[in-house]
Amino acid sequence: MHSVTVNINGKECNAREGSTILMACKELGIDVPTLCYHPDLSIAGNCRVCVVEVEGWKTLVPACVTPITPNMVVRTDSTKVRKTRKLLVELILANHHNNCPECERNGNCELQDLAERYNIRFNRFQTDEKPESSVQVSSAIMRDNSKCIMCTRCVRTCEELQSVAVIKSVGRSSEIHIGTFDDKGLGDVACTQCGQCINHCPTGALYEKDETVPVWAALEDPEKIVIVQTAPAVRVGLEEALGLPIDHHTGKMAAALRRLGFNRVLDTDFSADLTIIEEGHELLFRLKDALVEKKEVPLPMITSCSPGWIKFIEHKHNDLLDNLSTCKSPQQMFGAIAKTYLCDKEGFDPAKIVSVSVMPCTAKKFEKDRPEMNDSGFKDVDYVITTRELARMIKEAGIDFDHLPVEKFDRFMGDSTGAAVIFGATGGVMEAALRTAYEIATGEEIPFKGLNVLPVRGFKGIKEASVLLPDEMAEGWEFLAGVTLKVAVAHGLANADKLLKAVKAGEAEYHFIEIMACPGGCLGGGGQPIPTDMEKRMERMRAIYAEDESLPLRKSHENPEIQLLYAEYLKEPLGHKSHHLLHTKYTKRDRF
Amino acid sequence: MEKKVLLAENQPEFGAGLEKALNMTPADVVYEVRDSGMKGRGGAGFPTGVKWNLAGAASSDVKYVICNADEGEPGTFKDRLLIEKYSERLIEGMAMGGYAIGGSCGIIYLRAEYPYLIPVLERARQNFLDRGLLGKNIRGSGFDFDIEIRPGAGAYVCGEETSLIESLEGKRGEPRNKPPYPVNSGYLDKPTIVNNVETFCAVPHIILNGSEWYTDLGVGDCTGTKLFSVSGDVERPGVYELPMGAPLKDLLELAGAEDIQAVQVGGASGATVPASGINRTLSFKDLPPGGSVIVFDSTINMVDVLENFMDFFVHESCGQCTPCREGNLRLMHAAQDIINGDLCCKACMAPYFELAEAMKISSKCGLGQTSANCFVDIVNNFVELSDECHCGEYRCEGGDE
Ligand SMILES: Cc1cc2nc3c(=O)[nH]c(=O)nc-3n(C[C@H](O)[C@H](O)[C@H](O)COP(=O)(O)O)c2cc1C
Ligand code: SF4
Ligand code: SF4
Ligand code: SF4
Ligand code: SF4
Ligand code: FES
Repeated sequence: MHSVTVNINGKECNAREGSTILMACKELGIDVPTLCYHPDLSIAGNCRVCVVEVEGWKTLVPACVTPITPNMVVRTDSTKVRKTRKLLVELILANHHNNCPECERNGNCELQDLAERYNIRFNRFQTDEKPESSVQVSSAIMRDNSKCIMCTRCVRTCEELQSVAVIKSVGRSSEIHIGTFDDKGLGDVACTQCGQCINHCPTGALYEKDETVPVWAALEDPEKIVIVQTAPAVRVGLEEALGLPIDHHTGKMAAALRRLGFNRVLDTDFSADLTIIEEGHELLFRLKDALVEKKEVPLPMITSCSPGWIKFIEHKHNDLLDNLSTCKSPQQMFGAIAKTYLCDKEGFDPAKIVSVSVMPCTAKKFEKDRPEMNDSGFKDVDYVITTRELARMIKEAGIDFDHLPVEKFDRFMGDSTGAAVIFGATGGVMEAALRTAYEIATGEEIPFKGLNVLPVRGFKGIKEASVLLPDEMAEGWEFLAGVTLKVAVAHGLANADKLLKAVKAGEAEYHFIEIMACPGGCLGGGGQPIPTDMEKRMERMRAIYAEDESLPLRKSHENPEIQLLYAEYLKEPLGHKSHHLLHTKYTKRDRF
Repeated sequence: MEKKVLLAENQPEFGAGLEKALNMTPADVVYEVRDSGMKGRGGAGFPTGVKWNLAGAASSDVKYVICNADEGEPGTFKDRLLIEKYSERLIEGMAMGGYAIGGSCGIIYLRAEYPYLIPVLERARQNFLDRGLLGKNIRGSGFDFDIEIRPGAGAYVCGEETSLIESLEGKRGEPRNKPPYPVNSGYLDKPTIVNNVETFCAVPHIILNGSEWYTDLGVGDCTGTKLFSVSGDVERPGVYELPMGAPLKDLLELAGAEDIQAVQVGGASGATVPASGINRTLSFKDLPPGGSVIVFDSTINMVDVLENFMDFFVHESCGQCTPCREGNLRLMHAAQDIINGDLCCKACMAPYFELAEAMKISSKCGLGQTSANCFVDIVNNFVELSDECHCGEYRCEGGDE
């Protein structure tokens, strides 16, 4: 695209031909309000608040749709533009259940911002009653159409990013609303509970099911021992959610959790390392069965740590369930180990434990309620709160996060390695697994500079890598000598869908595939701070790899507490106890 | 006075225009249509030759010729008449469009309420096939063309060309963003021309008689003739053909309108003219003539008419864009308030005029851009508003700007 001269608000400037007026204005630092526009999504052009004046046009034009042409004369600041935008905001508000102080998105709402910006004090078009709140509940996702402004960002998210497409515009004219097939609840359709629709919604029409209330209650109950785990991606999102400058301080997060009253502050990163040990061995054994025993083994093996992804495959590709690793997600491994091993070590009564997990993810709320997730003899994880919910608790408790000291996690399930930290980014599980599996099978470090498996990093939708195994292998793994291990990584369910279709069609052959439901992996999860866009995802990703690089231990099998866990309790990877506590099975679900 | 071309008793033979066109270059067909100055007969009045030229210039192996026979505007029935009587002329015009732009697939999007016209169109198609005027290698010219008849989805907005295309693709009938325009990326993302039934029917006449002849048919700088479906309080409702640019008065005389309070030209989204305006002309410059002309006599309360129209738009808006979805509803409420005496003064009304203007300039498609026309016209011409406010509502005291 080459640069052309345009005139915006009376000033000559250069813009790229063919880019939209909106993009050009962004680059030039000229503010244009938007509601239906989201950089992750296709252009809908339905809210119309981005309208601008272009010379030669009788009507205003939407800046998010209209391409720049040479010598275009644009006004974003005329009275006509300002008055029209203001009127549009009034129209939206007239049909909006605006109770901002009691709203999920109070203080972080694109509509509220516009109402403030256009100085709406009195709505000239409030000719009838406002819509009544009508909340539809599912395991993790709440929908309230009385807050919905029909921007269709959720619809486009579900379809374009996730290829799930369970929410649609239904009906016409003033009856139009976002709904599902037959207007069933999200829990009764093939919704993955990924929460991406929440992250892309400009208003409070979509939000996670709140679990802070029972968590507060548990914290206040002297009878309970409340333990908490925090997922790798939470620590790179929490400050954003608190509206603080970002320095990604894991130690402050641990301190804040302690101030909230959690009795043990522990780390999902610990169980991420545990996942790698189990899953790495599972992969090696599947390869052994295939190559040595010549058994029919489901390959490629596919990761199973992303519960949105699991629900997706259970609905849409359930002929491939045997390809899934049987490993539980790190959250659920943590839950099962906490109510067994940790209780042994600490002398806790597991019946008194309340196990809380802080996740960048809404699907984890669904996952913890899966009926099979009680191998400890109790519900393995009791409550799941998102990064956003934790931020709210910290605010509500009046904790001055910025000035907290840096503290450590508690013992037995608090140690982690860089390999666990990178679970938070797409490609991270793959990289962590390769670091460990390669070393188990060869006795050598993986031959990537600084342990950094760069081909599986970054935001490309589907990434591939191959690792040539050397001729010299460790004892027991000689059969892998000279084998080229082929792996692939996909993030965002639309990419996952594409990759699986290619695998099924025989167009691509891999040994191991990592899939994360959310774009960018957990760092872009449905429970992460809003907004989440490419810029934010990139920043969180940089933080994750920086933390990995800064840690003394960067391979899961080097985690001393993991070594202790195997020595004292699990005995061996894929052993009897592991099978019972750390592995699971999957359920076929309806396609729609 | 009437000037019958499309509805003439003595019509040139069906197919003669196509045969003549096949002996011209596609570009010459386009230029002839362009030089005729004909503007699309579906309402928006875009020059047909310009549209065809753009589609002709778009490079693609597949292009589509779509006939918009959705005729959803209340009070319009001229396309129905054309199909009933001259369906072969329509197919001929479509084939010529295909030849002109280099497309061989024609689709007729037929109003859902007109299923009985499907056999009529099928018969016409078969005739043309039998005569070698449709199908492969028409008359040895190397040009292939055939048509397909598809029933509409039954919504007024599906008559909007991009919404029509979405509907043909099996999606919700929602207007698309433009650009891209259908001439570049239309049905199945291929270059597509969408034209009204009457537009296609006129093309064979233009090619047979020449663009100059066509230009001379109109009054002043208007070109050609135009069909009008006249209904309402008239002696002789029906379809009339007049030169473009004729005064409204002529049409009203033909249809036998005696007691005239108001005339709506161009359907619900057109202009509502008081009796004093009957000397205005039916032309794109003055009263843009869609298909329908509705006459209201003095017994009718125009605000009731307004409420009906607003109710129509509230229901027919596809609902996707803010100004149309929300705006029509508020205008309907305003009409109800006028009826109930709750909207008393100019100050009370001011925000609704602002709303009407915002809808016109910020809606996504023609529906929302024109649905407030009747509100503005009827309130301006048929509603008395006092200068002084009696209701004392905050909004009247300039609660806002
Ligand atoms: C709401 C709406 C309804 C329309 N309905 C029709 C229709 O029923 N028939 C029609 O020919 N054009 C209709 N149009 C106009 C079409 O969008 C389009 O301009 C026309 O089909 C182009 O053909 P023409 O250039 O031959 O007029 C409608 C436009 C709008 C905005
Ligand atoms: S969605 Fe936004 S504008 Fe609406 S009530 Fe919530 S905070 Fe207020
Ligand atoms: S949670 Fe995910 S799958 Fe469910 S509706 Fe939202 S985007 Fe779609
Ligand atoms: S739920 Fe949110 S994202 Fe979806 S259409 Fe409504 S306001 Fe937009
Ligand atoms: S103007 Fe009305 S009909 Fe047209 S796109 Fe907008 S809501 Fe739909
Ligand atoms: S942001 Fe451009 S129309 Fe909504």
